[in-house]
Amino acid sequence: MTENRFDHLRLDQVSRRFGGRAALEALDLSIAGGEFVALLGPSGCGKSTALNCLAGLLPLSGGSIWLDDRRIDTLPPEKRGFGMVFQNYALFPHLSVRRNVGFGLRMRRVSREETRRRVDEALRMVQLQQYADRLPGQLSGGQQQRVAIARAIVLEPPLVLMDEPLSNLDAALRLEMRTEIRRLHQSLGLTTVYVTHDQEEALSLADRLVILREGVVQQVGTPEELYRGPVNAYVAGFMGYRNLLPVQTDGGQGAVRVTAPGLAVTGTAREAVAGGPAVAAIRPEDFVVTDTGDNLISVDVEVVEYHGREQAVQGRLKGGQVIRLRSVDRLAPGDAVTVAVPADKLLVFAADADALAAAEAAAGGRSASPAAAPAGAAT
Amino acid sequence: MRQRALVARPGVWLVWAVMIFFLVNLAGVVAAVVVNSFSTRWFGSWWPAGLTGHHYADAWKEFALFDVLKVTLQVSLAVVVISALIGVPAAYALARRDFPGKRLVTLAFLLPIMVPPIAYGIPLATVLYKFHLGGTMWGVILANLVPSVPFVVLTMTPFIEQIDSKIEAAARMCGANTRAIFTTVLLPLLVPGVLAASILVLVRTVGMFELTFLTAGPSSQTLVVTLYYSMSAAGIRAPQAVDAMAVIYTLSMLVLLVIALRFVNPTQLVTRVGEQRERAE
Amino acid sequence: MTSALAEATPERLALRHRLAERGIDRVLLLLLPGVAFVVALFLYPFLYGLGLSFQPKQGGGPFANYQRFFAEPYLRDTIWITLRLGLPAALINVLASVPIAYRMRGPVRGKRLITTILVVPITLGTVLTAEGIIQYFGPAGWFNKVLRALHLTDGAVPLIQNYWGVLFSLIISGFPFAFLLTTSYLSGIDPSLEKAASVLGAGWWQRFRHITFPLLSPGLAMTFCLTFVLAFSVFPSAILVGDPSRTTHVISIAAVHASNEQYDYSMGSTIAMIMAVVMLIVIAIVLTWRGRMYRGATGGKG
Repeated sequence: MTENRFDHLRLDQVSRRFGGRAALEALDLSIAGGEFVALLGPSGCGKSTALNCLAGLLPLSGGSIWLDDRRIDTLPPEKRGFGMVFQNYALFPHLSVRRNVGFGLRMRRVSREETRRRVDEALRMVQLQQYADRLPGQLSGGQQQRVAIARAIVLEPPLVLMDEPLSNLDAALRLEMRTEIRRLHQSLGLTTVYVTHDQEEALSLADRLVILREGVVQQVGTPEELYRGPVNAYVAGFMGYRNLLPVQTDGGQGAVRVTAPGLAVTGTAREAVAGGPAVAAIRPEDFVVTDTGDNLISVDVEVVEYHGREQAVQGRLKGGQVIRLRSVDRLAPGDAVTVAVPADKLLVFAADADALAAAEAAAGGRSASPAAAPAGAAT
Repeated sequence: MRQRALVARPGVWLVWAVMIFFLVNLAGVVAAVVVNSFSTRWFGSWWPAGLTGHHYADAWKEFALFDVLKVTLQVSLAVVVISALIGVPAAYALARRDFPGKRLVTLAFLLPIMVPPIAYGIPLATVLYKFHLGGTMWGVILANLVPSVPFVVLTMTPFIEQIDSKIEAAARMCGANTRAIFTTVLLPLLVPGVLAASILVLVRTVGMFELTFLTAGPSSQTLVVTLYYSMSAAGIRAPQAVDAMAVIYTLSMLVLLVIALRFVNPTQLVTRVGEQRERAE
Repeated sequence: MTSALAEATPERLALRHRLAERGIDRVLLLLLPGVAFVVALFLYPFLYGLGLSFQPKQGGGPFANYQRFFAEPYLRDTIWITLRLGLPAALINVLASVPIAYRMRGPVRGKRLITTILVVPITLGTVLTAEGIIQYFGPAGWFNKVLRALHLTDGAVPLIQNYWGVLFSLIISGFPFAFLLTTSYLSGIDPSLEKAASVLGAGWWQRFRHITFPLLSPGLAMTFCLTFVLAFSVFPSAILVGDPSRTTHVISIAAVHASNEQYDYSMGSTIAMIMAVVMLIVIAIVLTWRGRMYRGATGGKG
């Protein structure tokens, strides 16, 4: 087990093009042994490309990958000795669960008794002992993914790669498997790189997050850092700031005045923004329904969803912009309410047409359901 | 049942009537040959004068059927094995890679199936005779490979596409090298498809008249060609013996087809592609 | 292989990677035998035949063979005769297989048995079919006997040694093939689409006309092409049950006659080339129709 430990996995200017189009551009990333790193971004952002480059399934177009002092990007995948879990499980359909899990050991010519012992151990860890002799086709989706995880960890690889392992599962199973993956990581301490488009999944699992956009890293940090201080509107959009509003600003840093039709409030610019168009980012849960205080905004309520303790509300500003908020007070469609948002919870970023467009597209697609995407995150 | 109720009645009856008319006449065609092959004499009456089995013995002796069957078997097996060896790897490459000129390569594999066998068989026979292969068994094998290799490629490509390429990636991540992936993962998954394609090639080759007719010599004829010659040279031999031989041919094809249907559900040849597309979405 | 990879110099790696980005890597080597095979045994002979067709045996300029073919009515008419046999045969086979395959889609009793019976004619082979047609449809055969017994006809209806015998033979040998292909294309269409249409108020004809048929039409075009290839190269049955020197003097007979009996390989190749061209023209027309059909269908759905 100890021989598989390493101190640092270093990606140095790793890039990958597909027929001239850059899928991944000059990715620099250092991963410490035992760390759990999540690559987060929408489909097409390059996160899976990065993972496949790391696995060796895709050759690099440039850059290098180092495991401590050993260069590994020239090695074929089978010589890197990493474990991998795929989105669609990719189990060998003609082999039993036991033989699937033991496949890697068989390739390494591990003795039969040793294989049996380690496969049993791995199956016990994912709680599938009683299914050892079934074929993958006879298992449910969640069970299949457990087999895939067992197959990846049985080798105790220096690095486990997970490519959206939970996105084929239904919501309840997803939560259960998330806990399972976290538990396995804590008990085995295997360094893990995890790719997902689900920010909640990434925030809850990872020690560190990497946000990618069109092949370029946007921000790297702990979940807390990213959640509290996104560096741009794009990252903010991913971190639960579901209201991204185009605004005008005088520019500056710190407390900044922003205006838009039906909106005149003070926000916070962590980094200096130039005067002119900008983006204001607000989380739905940071609004408070009140008539007094600063930063008041008038909202016409349009759609209300019942969520138990609170409501998910979609409304419009006087200027017509769609706004989503969460409210403990009971509201009804047609209500005109005033809400306040603390100045430190309203982040101001440089204008970003793409991020706004993406936010708008998401708003358009979900306008009927103000809470279709999870608004907050567990931190 | 529910679906049946949704469809208008007269249409259903018409379909069944046409089908039954076709099947009755088909049965008549087949029965006429079978009855004749067992008859002593049959001219103009509803039923032959008497029944006998000796035409089968005659056919076996007179047409040297044992040798003909041996040649047929040798040719067909050689075609099956070679077309699988050439076609399956090509299908793999076509299924797994997108490369410049892929459409051209696909077209090249489609043409031999789309052009009538006689149209390329005549120039092919000329070329084979030029290289002194015409009339030999190898000539017949090569000629029959021309439609068979593309057939294997075109049937195996969707089959391989349907095998998730991530499975190979998973095997690689488990430390399997190319050879190990082939023997432990790909081969077992390919067997059903290869078997199905092989049996279809076998049926096609045994039944392929035109190409064999154009390239075969007296010692390299397969059963279909022998049958054709014996029938077109009618008058020399009793027509009942020809019929007996035709029945033998049909029976052997029937055995092949029944085996084939055990392995392939004919209605699923194309569905596989559809399923694969669904999964990709 | 793997050790070579590990030792590869950066430049070589870079080139390999650039090629790999475009999908070119060692896996493509697997294509080589197949491509070489098609080139050597299909393209080369075909081009050789094309060249040969421009070198007439009797001399008289490169196009002499083609001129002769189109000048002599006996040869020229083979195209028409073959099309007159091949097109109806392919059309009947495809059109007949659609309703039957459509019926066989749901849970019909005895489906497997019926499918097997319909497919059995594949095993019959030309000769048995020919012998059977001659004996069954012949003047003294069961078919004419039944007609006379039912007083539907006085004399014998001539059904063999003419156009009809060959057409029957083409239907018997081509139908199973068309049926199998149609069935498999039809089973590729999601049945829930039709259910959706019926919920929206479409009757069975509307469902078939606007949903199933447009989705099926690319498959039908393909089926038609493949059955037409079979029917167009009709050869043994035209001789055995037809009237090979007159009404069923099809183009294959002319081609084989020229090359195998007159040993005029040049003329044989010429006729073969004409055959291929006619075939490809028909396929091109069908595929054009298919292209139009499919666009119309998607447009209609949207």
